[in-house]
Amino acid sequence: MTLAQSETIPPAVCGLDTWMPLPARILDIKDENFNTYTIRLAIEDEPARNSYRWAPGQFNMLYVPGVGEAAISISSDPEKPAELEHTIRGVGSVTRAIKKMGAGGIIGLRGPFGTSWPTEGIKEKNVVMVAGGIGLAPIRPMIYWLLHHRDHCKRVMLLYGCRSPEDRVFATELEEWERNSALDVLVTVDNATVNWTGPVGVVTHLLRRVRVDAGHTTVMVCGPKILNRAASWQFLQLHVQPEQVYVSLERNMNCGFGQCGHCQYGSKFVCRDGPVFRFADIAHIFAKEEI
Amino acid sequence: MLFPKVALAAMIETLIGQGYTVIAPTLHRDVVKLKPITGSDEIVRGLRDLQDGGRYRLEEGDGTLFFEYVVGPDSAKCYFFPPSQELFAVDIQNGRFAWDQSRTPIPKLAILGLRPCDLAAIRVQDRVFAGRKPAGEVKCEAELYYERIRAQSILIAVNCTRPGGTCFCDSMGTGPKAADGFDVAITELSSGFIVEAGSETGMSLLHKLPVRDPSSAELELADLKMELARERMGRILDTRDIVELLDGNIEHVRWDQLGARCLSCGNCTMVCPTCFCSTLTDSSDLAAERATRTRRWESCFTHQFSYTTTGPHRHTIRGRYRHWMRHKLGTWWKQFGTSGCVGCGRCITWCPVGIDLTEETAGIRGSYPNTVQQSVSPLQNEVTK
Repeated sequence: MTLAQSETIPPAVCGLDTWMPLPARILDIKDENFNTYTIRLAIEDEPARNSYRWAPGQFNMLYVPGVGEAAISISSDPEKPAELEHTIRGVGSVTRAIKKMGAGGIIGLRGPFGTSWPTEGIKEKNVVMVAGGIGLAPIRPMIYWLLHHRDHCKRVMLLYGCRSPEDRVFATELEEWERNSALDVLVTVDNATVNWTGPVGVVTHLLRRVRVDAGHTTVMVCGPKILNRAASWQFLQLHVQPEQVYVSLERNMNCGFGQCGHCQYGSKFVCRDGPVFRFADIAHIFAKEEI
Repeated sequence: MLFPKVALAAMIETLIGQGYTVIAPTLHRDVVKLKPITGSDEIVRGLRDLQDGGRYRLEEGDGTLFFEYVVGPDSAKCYFFPPSQELFAVDIQNGRFAWDQSRTPIPKLAILGLRPCDLAAIRVQDRVFAGRKPAGEVKCEAELYYERIRAQSILIAVNCTRPGGTCFCDSMGTGPKAADGFDVAITELSSGFIVEAGSETGMSLLHKLPVRDPSSAELELADLKMELARERMGRILDTRDIVELLDGNIEHVRWDQLGARCLSCGNCTMVCPTCFCSTLTDSSDLAAERATRTRRWESCFTHQFSYTTTGPHRHTIRGRYRHWMRHKLGTWWKQFGTSGCVGCGRCITWCPVGIDLTEETAGIRGSYPNTVQQSVSPLQNEVTK
């Protein structure tokens, strides 16, 4: 069993201090589906913009003055740090306010925070990424990273599920990735529409179509709670080691560095010790309600 | 060293003269609260407290004694980690931000009357707010505030010669005698205060006062009183393997019973001297030209504490109480290398339904509760006088 190497995660680049956000300009906003959109941001301060680095799986706190702050995963290519993107579901006061500001608006940004998907530990392995709904957003940087370093791993697979074809985020890219021979992409929907010719059903059903080489596979899961559980357990049943299953979790977050207490998960702070957890490290509390 | 009780006034005057705001136990609506004072006559004197689950009363005590009561709801947390603290303001002009970092000056505090459990609680919060990063690293506003106010404040501790009804500092190894972390520690006798300096600052303060050497009988009496206090703790908490105990009993039936009793009011988290959770509150003026961000104490017992778009993560009171108690006594160890509980008993006293975490721990352990079965404070006899 190979343990993931300790990953090098860039330190948080912040404003004047870690509670104070850096101003960032919204360059453009693109709708992904009926309530989800992707914003492209440029940090206003040039030195900060140029030194801003992050790793796939990390998140930023996005701030709208007087409204509040929300923890949002970075969804763009980590090797193009100038094109910083966040994919956001506009369902709260902050996320709706960002949408309303539109291109040209100035918001605040703190980060990057948290742990990232493994990169060193997956050398010469097969990688299976499982995402549900907007859970594809924190996975997307990892897909870019794997495409940039395609020889690093063996087979790379993405299993994605969402409610309907119209609910797919990054729909154009998903179709590109489906055509890309470097990736094996399977997309399923809960409810098909007339033009949909792909699989129908929940994302874990796709696993039936996949042959998993348990000893040489790393799994990365990000989706709603039910998907995180079902997918992790299913891979464990296929004898993938708990050290090779990574799950990205969501919690209420205020500070981003383990000081406000909101995101506690057992002894972990999801903002600092997560959001990406190795299953083996949380196995004792995983799927225990209200921990 | 020993100084006469009348010299307490001189000590306070000296501190005020040096620019300190003196915080001391004062009487506030029948409760001993830590408030700024201007003279020693404002310090509560001649009263003792009766504390039990959900009960706090003051009664006439020995008129010659200042510190016969123990802890009230306040602790140093109220000053070092303010209940509400503005972090910054931002002026929004033409869609741009102009940060306003004008900060209120950080006060120099002299906190008098902290108990050994309170000193232990400060050490716990030091690990939360100041222990995260080594010196030289970029620190946030709130961390810098904490570090500065801690560094420039004087702590004058009072050793406990009469434990309260809900005290269990002996179980947590934090009292009744302060071991370190103070500038001056006082042990009160009828004949005066036996004082000990814990720092250079404390030593120079004592040198300004009319101190004399205590007699060996006085020293012996002080030790005896503290030893008696140790034996007469109102509560006992068996801490053996407590992390494993709580980890291994996540689904214990006791949590269901607690969920039915707890009102989820959050009192325990507000009076706890180590609870550190906070929420950032953003607000703006009506013209949306100036926005402020404030950090406020938050309680893990509120519904919104764990709220995400899929609802609150801890949606039952059972889950919230379990989180608080497991954190306080268990997972805190993994996070900060210490217990989150210092044995002050405030959460028991100020719980409106009298939930007692020592009793609950004993219940989960399966042993009979180790609480002293008295409805009022057990220590009202002659031996300690």
